[in-house]
Amino acid sequence: MADKVLMKGNEAIAEAAIKAGCRHYFGYPITPQTEVAAYMAKRMPKIGGTFLQAESEIAAINMVYGVASAGLRVMTSSSSPGISLKGEGISYLAGADLPALVVNVQRGGPGLGGIQPSQSDYFQSTRGGGHGDYHMIVLAPSSVQEMAEMTVKGFELADKYRMTAMVLADGTMGQMMEPVDLNFEVAPAPEKPWATTGTEMKRKHNIVNSLSLVPEELEKLNIARFERYELVKRNETMYEEYMMDDADIAIAAFGIAARVSKNAVNEARKRGIKAGLIRPITLWPFPDAPFKKAATHVKQFISVELNMGQMIEDVRLASECKVPVTLCNRVGGMIPSPEQVLDAIVKASK
Amino acid sequence: MVVYDKPHALLDVPLHYCPGCLHGVVHKLVAEVIDELGIEGKTIGIAPVGCSVMAYDYFACDMIEAAHGRAPAVATGVKRADPSKVVFTYQGDGDLASIGMAETVHAAARNENITVIFINNAIYGMTGGQMAPTSLVGQVTQTSPYGRDPKLCGYPIRVCELLSELEGPEYLERVTVNSIPHIRAAKTAIKKAFTNQIEGNGFSLIEVVSSCPTNWGMTPQNALKWIEEKMLPYYPLGVYKDRSNGEVKK
Amino acid sequence: MAKLTFRTDNCKGCGLCVDVCPKKVLALATDKINKRGHHPIEAARPDDCIGCGSCAIMCPDFIIKVER
Repeated sequence: MADKVLMKGNEAIAEAAIKAGCRHYFGYPITPQTEVAAYMAKRMPKIGGTFLQAESEIAAINMVYGVASAGLRVMTSSSSPGISLKGEGISYLAGADLPALVVNVQRGGPGLGGIQPSQSDYFQSTRGGGHGDYHMIVLAPSSVQEMAEMTVKGFELADKYRMTAMVLADGTMGQMMEPVDLNFEVAPAPEKPWATTGTEMKRKHNIVNSLSLVPEELEKLNIARFERYELVKRNETMYEEYMMDDADIAIAAFGIAARVSKNAVNEARKRGIKAGLIRPITLWPFPDAPFKKAATHVKQFISVELNMGQMIEDVRLASECKVPVTLCNRVGGMIPSPEQVLDAIVKASK
Repeated sequence: MVVYDKPHALLDVPLHYCPGCLHGVVHKLVAEVIDELGIEGKTIGIAPVGCSVMAYDYFACDMIEAAHGRAPAVATGVKRADPSKVVFTYQGDGDLASIGMAETVHAAARNENITVIFINNAIYGMTGGQMAPTSLVGQVTQTSPYGRDPKLCGYPIRVCELLSELEGPEYLERVTVNSIPHIRAAKTAIKKAFTNQIEGNGFSLIEVVSSCPTNWGMTPQNALKWIEEKMLPYYPLGVYKDRSNGEVKK
Repeated sequence: MAKLTFRTDNCKGCGLCVDVCPKKVLALATDKINKRGHHPIEAARPDDCIGCGSCAIMCPDFIIKVER
């Protein structure tokens, strides 16, 4: 029997990161993710790691850039307004092809917004977030167990593809407590011959850099990066299908919205409505396949989101607009209730 | 006997700097110090955004190009990743004293065990001669075409003096490279800044008062004189903080 | 007897070395143009060189090697 511990989502992220071999954490306090930093502040000194409260999110992400350049597993975490500040650094990480993990425990926006849960950074994270052509691998956990697992997965994928991976959670996921099994396998970090660890006078100098002033060369770098992204799409896309085989109505939801939606699907089934759920686990790459498949037999998709309708665009694209896609949402820190989702399912079934 | 040759820590490549630009002189001093301390193999340099953005192509040690102003934060990460490495940043006045002021001040306040080489030439060179945080009062630049007016844009920042008020930093010195004696003194200061790091003493910053003949609109020779006549009266040379002997200049 | 050698093609003709030479050994070769399009530095009076190294210390482009 596996040993389970009762943990907050934010703490599960921190402990999982340590299990994944991360020994460097840089952060800046912001609700509702501060427990990650607090946990790291307590644990890192005991295991020979580094916890540093940076002077800003901008500094924190650049410290991450430094450790990533040195070839070590490194992370930062923040919440929405802080992620905007990290956007610059994330773009540079992408430009320099550095692996790192960024956690976003989302809160409502725009601006200072609120401190309650939200999914309104979907566009920001799945489209890159900073300037330039790039993507992050975006992982959307919907349980505390997955908060831990996605953190480990994030480090592994970041290293494998030399990309930034983001765990995109929300205030509820960060704050909720559930039993977690932390006994999982972690793939060791690969060799990083490109890292700036000092030449030891044995090799030509390594350069970590995102500048390329010759347009022909910059074009090549961008194209090569997107070829790598294609591999990510092919190999790493993750999703969960729930009661989709015979579904007439398909919910699309991730994170906390997927948990709520699962209850609504169960309730709808009790009432004889064939509802199902597609839960993207990677938001980038977005799982097009299950939506394309579902579009052949469902009569409507309902995108359940904690925002004004962001993932709905990807659902429309993935299903090639073959059937209507409607939105069921709450915003500003509000969460749709199972009843609200059920109402939407019932309405769609008529 | 070789009296002088290119230091090993600089690669044998042409520099992109304008004729008479003193970046090359400071590059040489940093490289000579790296050679003399025998630390090329374990040194990691951080290049800024600005004229010296491509310094990563010039130094033979491992190099990282940072976002504008963020070099001290990047250096913090590199140093924390492996404290046995020697980490230096090379930053201009826009990078260090404008957009990166927070990173500079906090790295100094933490007494981060890194070496910062700060080039103050009172202008943004790479973008074509705009006002810098260190541009002198009255100085004509592209963005202060009628001369820097303190009523509109305040006064130039004296970085060494500013940082010397902090408890954190180990060593702060302002030098210049407009003459042979000054270059020799600058090298001594840079060597101390690296030695401090190797000995674990903490944050050292060497401010090098430098020139920009192109954007100052003068010959390289006159630029050296302008340093002497205009820059140094506002930016006096000297040690501003040295914790090894408790020296804090007031 | 001191010896000067130059990475002539990297010279930008700034002339800073000319001014710091205590013996006025160096001059820009106004009859020559290097790969970069500058009049490069040359030893106009090599026999006067005392090998002090000042020119090389001043040169921003490390084109001068001084031996003694």
